[in-house]
Amino acid sequence: MIEVKHLVKSFGSLTVLKGVTLTVQEKEVVVLLGASGSGKSTLLRCLNFLEVYDEGEVWVGGTQIDPYKSNLNQFRAEVGMVFQHFNLFPHKTVLENVIEAPIHVKRMNVAEAKELAYELLKKVNMQDKADVYPDMLSGGQKQRVAIARALAMKPKIMLFDEPTSALDPELVGEVLQVMKQLAKEGMTMIVVTHEMGFAREVADRAVFMDNGQILEQGPPNTFFENPQNERTKQFLGSIR
Amino acid sequence: MILDILLSSYPLFLKASWLTLKLTAVALLLGCGVGLIIAFFRISSSKVLNYIAHIYITVIRGTPLIVQIAILYFGISNLVTLSQFWAGAIALAVHNGAYIAEIFRGAIQSIDRGQMEASRSLGMSYPLAMRRIVLPQAFRRAIPSLGNQFIIGLKDSSLVAYVGMQDLWGTGLSEAASNYRQLETYMVVGLYYLVMITIFTYFVNRLEGRLATGRAPKKQAKDNSVAA
Repeated sequence: MIEVKHLVKSFGSLTVLKGVTLTVQEKEVVVLLGASGSGKSTLLRCLNFLEVYDEGEVWVGGTQIDPYKSNLNQFRAEVGMVFQHFNLFPHKTVLENVIEAPIHVKRMNVAEAKELAYELLKKVNMQDKADVYPDMLSGGQKQRVAIARALAMKPKIMLFDEPTSALDPELVGEVLQVMKQLAKEGMTMIVVTHEMGFAREVADRAVFMDNGQILEQGPPNTFFENPQNERTKQFLGSIR
Repeated sequence: MILDILLSSYPLFLKASWLTLKLTAVALLLGCGVGLIIAFFRISSSKVLNYIAHIYITVIRGTPLIVQIAILYFGISNLVTLSQFWAGAIALAVHNGAYIAEIFRGAIQSIDRGQMEASRSLGMSYPLAMRRIVLPQAFRRAIPSLGNQFIIGLKDSSLVAYVGMQDLWGTGLSEAASNYRQLETYMVVGLYYLVMITIFTYFVNRLEGRLATGRAPKKQAKDNSVAA
């Protein structure tokens, strides 16, 4: 489905990714774990070219995406992204947030886009708030709308960049619930998170990153119960 | 007394006020266009465009408006025949454009990066994201400063009197020269400016209020217990 080979990314003199190789299968849910600064968010942002890597390759469904030649807009339209800080459009209502890209990028007609939007808002249990502006919503509600907005483009893969890190603890559950549902429906997902419960329960594979490299990966039960790498043990020990 | 000048000269001053208003409106409209273009030059990744914008803003901000008006007015009328009105309007547009550019640039850059990133992640092109997502928010944020610049622009338009235009201030000058009652005449002129600016300020404030409520009804936000 998506394959990255030897990604290298530097910001100035700081090398954030030091040759990362990762393959994600269709319908697989991969959780990226690691301390802050380990490069996991940067890796995710390289996957939809919000950051352009310095070296390496990104392959999707058998074709290589070239950041300077490929149609990145079209590519991004097929990759949904959910951000830590939601990034809803504050000047648009919940419904308008969801229909914006289908109408203006996909050229869907308004009635069709609205129908799709209501369906997705219902899925994330936000249908009652369709005509409300984002600043009237709680963090959890905002994030659920953001998920609906990304889904409205019918992405083939969803990237989650710490989707619950900016939420009050009691609001985390409602967002994770929606993500679990998505995973169950067979969405391909790459999730950067600190929610170990979610990782154990939902992920097909846990990937541990440290200092710009992937140190260890495996199915959650072996990964969490029997980590091999010293650094992984340390990390898992510190968050228990 | 002031009152008799106010009463006897009002047709003249009303006509002159109308010219001042027209001139300012045209100049500021053009100025907004210039300003938006220069603002994009400044935030562009092209060094050449950055440089052009930088020079433009430096020169305009670094020289007096009266000098710019004189140079543009006499310069333009040497090259092409332009009416006094258009020469004045273009001079004022060029001047205000530099300040408006900085207002727009500040407003655009004040919009959280996440807005552009979210737009791009949905497959929107840079121009589409700019037009649909960033600029509408930036314009709202620019309104107070823009209103302020418009007030300054209206008052500064009085300087076109010195290249012979019969705007409000120009009319005031010639009136005072013929009736020898400078103090009262100039006070009347001041009063006209004051009234125009007060009316304008009222509308800017209303617009600001309307746009603020257009985002979220504030009363409801307070008693909504889940509001973040």
